[in-house]
Amino acid sequence: MLTYIVRRLIQTVPVIFGVILVVFLIMQMVPGDPAVLIAGDGASEETVQAIRHDLGLDRPLPLQYIQYVLDVFRGDLGTSYRSDHPVMDEIMLRLPTTIQLALASIVITIVLGMIAGIVSATRQHSTADRLIMLVALLGISLPSFWLGMMLISFFSVKYHLLPVTGWGSLEHVILPAITLGASGAAIVARMTRSSMLDVIHQDYIRTARAKGLKNRLIVYKHALKNALIPVITVIGLQFGTLLGGTVLVESVFAINGLGRLIVDAIRMRDLPVVQGGVLVASVIFVFVNLGVDLLYRYFNKRIEMD
Amino acid sequence: MNQSVITPAAPHTVIRPGQLRKFLTRMAANKLASAGGFIVLFYIIVALFAPWIAPYDPYNIHLPDKLLLPSWDHWMGTDDKGRDLLSRIIYGTRLSLLIGVAAVSIGAIFGVLLGLVAGYYGGWLDAIIMRIMDILLAFPGILLALAIVSALGASLINVMIAVGVFSIPMFARIVRGSTLTVRKLEYIDSIRTLGGSDLRIILVHILPNIMSPIIVQITLRLATAILSAAGLSFLGLGAQPPSAEWGALLSSGRDYMFSAPYLALFPGLAISTLVIGFNLFGDGLRDALDPKLK
Repeated sequence: MLTYIVRRLIQTVPVIFGVILVVFLIMQMVPGDPAVLIAGDGASEETVQAIRHDLGLDRPLPLQYIQYVLDVFRGDLGTSYRSDHPVMDEIMLRLPTTIQLALASIVITIVLGMIAGIVSATRQHSTADRLIMLVALLGISLPSFWLGMMLISFFSVKYHLLPVTGWGSLEHVILPAITLGASGAAIVARMTRSSMLDVIHQDYIRTARAKGLKNRLIVYKHALKNALIPVITVIGLQFGTLLGGTVLVESVFAINGLGRLIVDAIRMRDLPVVQGGVLVASVIFVFVNLGVDLLYRYFNKRIEMD
Repeated sequence: MNQSVITPAAPHTVIRPGQLRKFLTRMAANKLASAGGFIVLFYIIVALFAPWIAPYDPYNIHLPDKLLLPSWDHWMGTDDKGRDLLSRIIYGTRLSLLIGVAAVSIGAIFGVLLGLVAGYYGGWLDAIIMRIMDILLAFPGILLALAIVSALGASLINVMIAVGVFSIPMFARIVRGSTLTVRKLEYIDSIRTLGGSDLRIILVHILPNIMSPIIVQITLRLATAILSAAGLSFLGLGAQPPSAEWGALLSSGRDYMFSAPYLALFPGLAISTLVIGFNLFGDGLRDALDPKLK
């Protein structure tokens, strides 16, 4: 297991470098000169050249990339064009909120999704099964930002049960977490159902039933344990969708997180913040995926990962 | 050249009449898939005949009629500029379908090409291509599309490009996997031995035999592409005013959630219904084309 962990960590390194390269290259596609953008209209050519030199933009592209990588590993993601503060500081101020939202959403994804999937699998073809799968279909089809707006309309505007916007208390977390976690819960429910049905129909489960074991024991001790393995992978992948989804949900609920920072930065053409925000979110996702891989390996040592 | 060597029939081909009939029978028997198909067909018809179906000009501003509730004259009400919402949603169908098709086309063309090359040639070419795909998949959700749009600028075309690029890795992975399976078949070796060129083998013998997973993926990715594009437009990064694109309609509807919630309700229902249609149809296609059922 330790060898596997080390090997996976080593495999993660080129992916991280690749992510940094893609982010760097995407930002090179921006039309116009960043030095002109910073200097502002009416700035002299000398001023623009000085800024270009300070930012290293007068150097060849490969050298700019190497400098960027070195800066990233030193924790320097540049300076915000808008606020003039270090991008890392702007991100660190907002990242905890996004992580809290993502974690709350993943709890909803796992709890709701697995309960729904188990009920659906153990009552296959029943009304409950059909209803759960219909709700799951809605969950993967409804735009998250629209779902958020509808929840706000119903729970906040019409019945004043929960706050419309803001962050800081459990009341503020509920609607955004449901909005963000709904599609994940739907996917987990479908996966859990499918996975459990595959296991439930296997011979060893039939044998356990024939031996007279209680259904609850069969479901939770035998079937669920084996069905969990592919579900863990799906949950890990969903974390990525959640991280990406925070961009939309934070905008709907006016939450001051990393997602909203990135969107505001795009609108303001504050490209260092966009670059830094996307990079940080992606690196987090890479490590979450690594964690999921290791968990998968731990739960199923027989699976060949290579 | 001696043509007496018997070439085994290619597996997974959907062209043979017997298999096509079985496929159509399975699709027709799947009520949910049929419903999904009808929903998609309905939206295509609405998009094609929008100028004849829409009761009003979707871009005609008439301020005295602003923010009217749904009524007999305006079935879905009017927006803050007095424009008929139903007409805007009808015209928005064209934009949403166009974005979805364009984005998935970009993803499919490049993804299939890369997957075919990686799967057929293997070796270092496969390693490089799939590592690049792994890197693209390392970006969470729509963040990659967001980064691309931030660089290129907010517009419908840039959203199509961004969502298309974001779709490439999924196609590449699926096609690579299918290509690896088909490439190992004996008849491919036979064709190569008989002097068949790589290009001919890939285009004539491999690609037609891996169409099933590609078709399923296209259908399912259309749903994702429409949702992603609507999301980017909702953030103001895609279609710009006065566009009737659904995400843009939702974005302007957000400002009136207290006073006119229908402005957000109806465009959202339109997006959701179309995506449900694609998901149901795609699920049905996958079940009908599953070789294990043959």
